[in-house]
Amino acid sequence: MSDTTLDGLAVQLRRDILEMLYRCQSGHPGGSLSVLEILMALYYKTMKTDPSNPQWEDRDRLVLSKGHGCPALYAILANKGFYPREDLWNLRQLGSHLQGHPDMAKTPGVDANTGSLGQGASIAVGMALAAKYKKASYRVFAVLGDGELQEGQIWEAAMSAAHYKLDNLTFILDHNGLQIDGSNDEVMGLGNVMDKFAAFGFECFDVDGHDIDAIAAALAAPVSGKPRFVRCRTIKGRAVSFMENNAGWHGKPMNAQEFESAMKELGGKQNG
Amino acid sequence: MAESKSLRVAYGEALAELGAVNDKVVVLDADLAHATMTSLFQAKHPERFFNFGLAEANMMGAAAGMSHSGLIPFVSTFALFGTGRAYEQIRNSIAYVNANVKFGLSHSGLSVGEDGGSHQSVEDIALMRVVPNMTIFVPCDSAETRKAVFAAAEIDGPVYIRVARPVVETFTGPDTPFFPGKANLLREGRDVCIVATGLMVKEALTAAGSLAGKGIRAAVLNVHTIKPFDSETVLAAANRCDAVVSVEEHSVIGGLGSAVAETLAGQSAATFRRLGIQDRFGQSGKPADLFKAYGLTPAHIEEACLKLLGKNI
Ligand SMILES: Cc1ncc(C[n+]2csc(CCOP(=O)(O)OP(=O)(O)O)c2C)c(N)n1
Ligand SMILES: [Mg+2]
Repeated sequence: MSDTTLDGLAVQLRRDILEMLYRCQSGHPGGSLSVLEILMALYYKTMKTDPSNPQWEDRDRLVLSKGHGCPALYAILANKGFYPREDLWNLRQLGSHLQGHPDMAKTPGVDANTGSLGQGASIAVGMALAAKYKKASYRVFAVLGDGELQEGQIWEAAMSAAHYKLDNLTFILDHNGLQIDGSNDEVMGLGNVMDKFAAFGFECFDVDGHDIDAIAAALAAPVSGKPRFVRCRTIKGRAVSFMENNAGWHGKPMNAQEFESAMKELGGKQNG
Repeated sequence: MAESKSLRVAYGEALAELGAVNDKVVVLDADLAHATMTSLFQAKHPERFFNFGLAEANMMGAAAGMSHSGLIPFVSTFALFGTGRAYEQIRNSIAYVNANVKFGLSHSGLSVGEDGGSHQSVEDIALMRVVPNMTIFVPCDSAETRKAVFAAAEIDGPVYIRVARPVVETFTGPDTPFFPGKANLLREGRDVCIVATGLMVKEALTAAGSLAGKGIRAAVLNVHTIKPFDSETVLAAANRCDAVVSVEEHSVIGGLGSAVAETLAGQSAATFRRLGIQDRFGQSGKPADLFKAYGLTPAHIEEACLKLLGKNI
């Protein structure tokens, strides 16, 4: 797929995300919009997956450790054909396979349950270790939030990833600078995350997190003998001006006017 | 029309009020101050509010250290992340030494709604009930939440206050008694006794009203303190009736239903049924849809009472 097509697709996926969230009047717009290009780089450029066979053994695995960003993942999985796009409109409803947070037992294409922050990185470590043991060639990616990095378990995962030299494992950081109660700096300063992951033994990359090619390049660079860390500089609420860089839009439902103005600003085709 | 208010708002307001009369009270949160409503305390007493970020285990340990230093920490996050993720810090750093730490944990039970099973704690009461030295309050409305906060501050030792998210009618008053460890008989009845806690108390009263229309006298007992458990009152109420139904927004294993069963076993001839979450996880949905799907509506309570009494429905 050419990159102009991906830019156009990003607009359509953002429309889907907002429509899903507007319809269910709950969920997390800010972190879904910031993580979109990261997931697009993974699903349209980097990862081997097979929508007709979600459980394919040799597929690459994704753990969306910041599970509340799942509307972005759900929109992509629908677009790739893991399930019909109409399913998106049942997000968070009783009986829907699209739960408020990712559920591998319910949603085709979801590789791990997340939502309780801090746990996904360890699950990814386990998958990467299993691949090494099985001599399988698949790669494992964990997408983390910056607030999520405050969980001690993340650093236990990082320590074990380096210890076991998991060069089939990548941690990708959605570094939007915000969490719920404010900025990372106000709530609990993270210090220099590049230095921290380097000190933990990772090969580190620093990219514009809304540049799909740059993200894909960092994911493709050869790394051996150590795990990879890609810091993606992102904007929370990306592409909807009243949400951008505003912690208040972490988990707030849109009213009708807000939804309309957001969709107008995004442009693109009317959703069918 | 009675006032409606979320229990979590009542929790935040009560904390702010308590802070004004007790300068030993400090509040800790884990990046959820605007959800647990400790932000109301933070606004009034910023020098005594500590945000630990997404680091519940560390926060719990720090609360232990603060209590060892003479402060009275109230620790808040979602019920699952407090009682679950930081369980062993609560057990070893806090309860083991009877440290004076209070946990005001919100978003308990199915009523969290759309966030789904990963966020709905349906086992938190069980986890806290097995820990020695623990006191457990499960308030039923905003007025009772306020009383639970002030009562917790008077107790020397760990106290868990289970706080729910939805906005609900405040149906108890400022003068409704709240004695820790003493269940409240809200309605007299000689046929069946409905033992309820938390948001289910109101549903039990509604069911009892409907049963009255069918000539069945249902007592309603509000067990706001799950631990220490008021076996005496529960047993006395059970022995005045033919049947007992417990109802809670929690697993039937380890919570109110278990406590009632432990009390009735060998001591009461009443038939007994536990309503609650039947050993399964929650899922996404609107709270009202979930209550229906998991059998926690007044109609379900009524049906259980009728069945136990052998009435055809
Ligand atoms: C263990 C745990 N604690 C608290 C929460 C509630 N919570 C959901 S999202 C969030 C903030 C996350 O911030 P960040 O990781 O920066 O996410 P993003 O900005 O990408 O949305 C919190 C505290 C949770 N889901 N899990
Ligand atoms: Mg963030």
